[in-house]
Amino acid sequence: MRDPLLKVTSITKTFSGITALDDVTLDVSPGEVVGLVGPNGAGKTTLFNCLLGQLKPDRGTVMFAGHDLTRVAPHLRARLGIGRTFQRMELFSGMTPWEHFLVAGRARRGDGRLWKDLLGMGRPSKEERASASDVLELLGLTADARRPIEALSLGRGRLVELGRALMIEPKLLLLDEPSSGLDHAETAELAEVLRNVNVERSTAILLVEHDVPMVRSLVSRVFVLDFGTLIASGTTESVFANNAVQRAYLGTNV
Amino acid sequence: MEKFLSALIEGMSFGGVYALVAVGLVLAYKTSGVFNIAFGAQAFVSGAIYYQLHNRSEWPIIPAFLLAVVVAAPLVGAALDRMLFRHLRTAPPLSRLVVALGLLVAIPEVVGLFFKVTQATQYKGIVPGGEIVYRPLSGVAITRDDLSIILSAALVAIGLTILFRYTSLGLRMRAVVESPRLTELNGIRSDIVGTTAWMLSSFVAGLAGVLLPTVFQQVSVINYTTLLTAAIAAAVLASLTSIPIAFAGGIGLGILQQFVSRYLPTGNVFASNVKPSLPFIVLFVVLLFKRSLSYEQGLKDPLAGVDPPPPVPASAVRSRELTIGTRIFGFVVGTWWFYSVLFLWNDIWLDRTIRILIYAIIFCSIVVITGMAGQISFAQATFAGMGAFFSAQIATKQGVSVIAAIFIASAVAAVVGALIGLIALRRRGIFLALATYAFALFFDNTMVRYDWVGGGIFAIESQRPVVGPVDFARPVPGSTTRDTAFLVLVLVVLTLVGIAIIWMRNGTTGRFLDALRGSETAAASIGINATKARIIAFAVSAFIAGLGGGLLASYKIQFSSLDYKAELGLFWVVIVVTLGPRTVEGAIQAAAGFVLFQEWVLPTAIPWLYNHALPFADITAISIGWQQIFFGLGAVTYAKHPEGILESNKTASLTRVQGLIDRFKSRRDSEIETASV
Ligand SMILES: Nc1ncnc2c1ncn2[C@@H]1O[C@H](COP(=O)(O)OP(=O)(O)O)[C@@H](O)[C@H]1O
Ligand SMILES: [Mg+2]
Repeated sequence: MRDPLLKVTSITKTFSGITALDDVTLDVSPGEVVGLVGPNGAGKTTLFNCLLGQLKPDRGTVMFAGHDLTRVAPHLRARLGIGRTFQRMELFSGMTPWEHFLVAGRARRGDGRLWKDLLGMGRPSKEERASASDVLELLGLTADARRPIEALSLGRGRLVELGRALMIEPKLLLLDEPSSGLDHAETAELAEVLRNVNVERSTAILLVEHDVPMVRSLVSRVFVLDFGTLIASGTTESVFANNAVQRAYLGTNV
Repeated sequence: MEKFLSALIEGMSFGGVYALVAVGLVLAYKTSGVFNIAFGAQAFVSGAIYYQLHNRSEWPIIPAFLLAVVVAAPLVGAALDRMLFRHLRTAPPLSRLVVALGLLVAIPEVVGLFFKVTQATQYKGIVPGGEIVYRPLSGVAITRDDLSIILSAALVAIGLTILFRYTSLGLRMRAVVESPRLTELNGIRSDIVGTTAWMLSSFVAGLAGVLLPTVFQQVSVINYTTLLTAAIAAAVLASLTSIPIAFAGGIGLGILQQFVSRYLPTGNVFASNVKPSLPFIVLFVVLLFKRSLSYEQGLKDPLAGVDPPPPVPASAVRSRELTIGTRIFGFVVGTWWFYSVLFLWNDIWLDRTIRILIYAIIFCSIVVITGMAGQISFAQATFAGMGAFFSAQIATKQGVSVIAAIFIASAVAAVVGALIGLIALRRRGIFLALATYAFALFFDNTMVRYDWVGGGIFAIESQRPVVGPVDFARPVPGSTTRDTAFLVLVLVVLTLVGIAIIWMRNGTTGRFLDALRGSETAAASIGINATKARIIAFAVSAFIAGLGGGLLASYKIQFSSLDYKAELGLFWVVIVVTLGPRTVEGAIQAAAGFVLFQEWVLPTAIPWLYNHALPFADITAISIGWQQIFFGLGAVTYAKHPEGILESNKTASLTRVQGLIDRFKSRRDSEIETASV
């Protein structure tokens, strides 16, 4: 087996008494698409926040691409190659999708020195524009590129978040319920885009998602969280066949 | 021991007044989410009314007190709540702060319109025979006035405790204080409770307002600023949440102040400078070290997310034709202006133009920090002052060339700015703004008095630069030469600063700051370093302010610390925020407003109004104050028009023009289409 890209060991996180994550261990290999499922309040979003450093876990370690992330600031984790989207959308108000992508591309390069701006060399370069257009095209956002973000629908907004994460050319994408708020057709489209991203850019994806068909169609392995504990993991088929999982989360209509 | 007891008693009477306003601040913040720095001004209103009634019109104490404190103060509070703050529940905390700031700037001048109280002395307090001295112990003296303060503060403390513990109104208010959302779920009308709380806190501030003059012997706006700062320090010490801590903090601060002034050695420059600025130092230290202030605990309205998006700045709605059109227009107006200044108008207009350009440079610093970084800094006048003081010192004492001196001084300002930005690491929003204010007051009251900064007791002089063969010296009066060389110099500097800002906005710095304003969490998720971006914004902004400040000093040659006072910094924020905080264009508008309103619009407009439209007397009595009122009330609209009220009207008319262009174009297009079919 290859070295995992992401290795999470024994992460524990409590919020004033509530144990949101209890000794969670999981891993993602390079280029792999992995599902993370569980009922609301299971701790999935909290795990993402711990991975990116927005929350500090009480215990446990996160290794990414050979780095120990424990003492690494959130923005540096992003530069190491972890991109994410948010369950509650976090867009840059007042900016267009095009500007979202440009700023993300620039942030990844991290070469924004003040003196460059002051010498008039801060404008987006040809390559930056090209990669932003590529992502616009990939996500089918070209027509909306110059509209203010507030004017876009929820579904488009989710795509902009995804595109913004893609612009930092992540090795690993953390997607937090990307299909919530999307209709059937949009969800299918999104699944298609994710498959493309995974294949063409060989980006690994850790996908939190309630839409079971979508999870099944995309992922090879699944982890199941319930009340902060990992109750099952393994290949998609075996996990979804598991009784405990069905009881905890999926009900009977799988 | 006697010294100790006297200091304690004296301190308690100062502290009692501080405590009252601190309680008002916390009460209003908790119930409405507004950090109402206008309480300083509201206290002044009651003080002024009381002085007018009791001292001037010789009303008896009780009716004067009732009208000033029990009627007027709560009425003002209720009016502000109903008319303004009520509607700002979902506005960002900083907008609410700017609205309160506008009031702080405008209200004292409105008062001055009706009551001539500036520098009113020989104040008589709320007890008869206030100057009578009691000597409970030998060597310990306490006046009736001091006693009245201590007793009032104690009564308010007891009254509030009873109110909160044992009355249903108090319980409801406490519930709103603790969780406005839960309260609403329980069917309590939080708006009524809110108005009551505003009236109550305004009453307390009004009480402080009539008590304060007894310790200073006069009714003067300056004392109310000190009062406000001390109260802010106490309120911040209480994390803006705990009324008892705010109360104790106020008392403690008053006592500390007395101990410092009695026990520190006299005659030492440091000691004598520390005394007056103690409240500012305490505020700064509290902001720096109190850990629980890391995140703003303002009201989190669950509906905040459904607010309409902020309006798009005018530059974003313009099409290419319109952009070219407005640029040509701007160019024509600019050319006409400079042509007139150079060849048609007299030296007064040359002087005004130069000062407009210099203030435009200074105001560009506010464009960077407020328009781009979304932070409010009340220290911009101080950074400008650093540019002025340090460049004058370096140029006159070390013989460095003036231009180089201004650059060095601005660099010093930039370093200090960066340090303040470093505080932004953990302090956000209003706490950061307050820290800049405390720093500005501290600089004013302490640093400026040192010989090596503000020249101490001596006036300080700067010089005009000489660059190679060009001498920018001030023309000798009566000669035919004019100050045009300096005009060109400031025009060049402003152009460079303007270009730098535009490049920054389109470059990495501006985009990162935009993203941070949009969502800090998301910005971190793509690798943006918020700390670095903020520090850069503060440093650049302080540098620009320093440049402008240094140029102003060099232009005036003789200048004083009054040109860079902290209060002026507050007003600059107000005027830029009103006239356009987002663009260089806005900074120029604000500078023109700042210089011309006072020197040209008012002197021209007021006699005209007086002769033709509004023949009532005394409209000229506060000619300077009109500026404060006008722009102060303008800033009150900030929450609604964060891009500046002038800018928002420009957007509206440009959108209309754009509509015409579009309609014209679509008609032409359809004509072309029909023609081709
Ligand atoms: N910032 C927080 N403070 C307190 N409790 C929290 C916080 N964030 C999450 N929780 C709690 O942690 C648990 C897990 O939440 P979350 O990670 O959002 O679950 P999921 O994303 O799986 O729906 C929930 O019980 C939630 O209430
Ligand atoms: Mg979640």
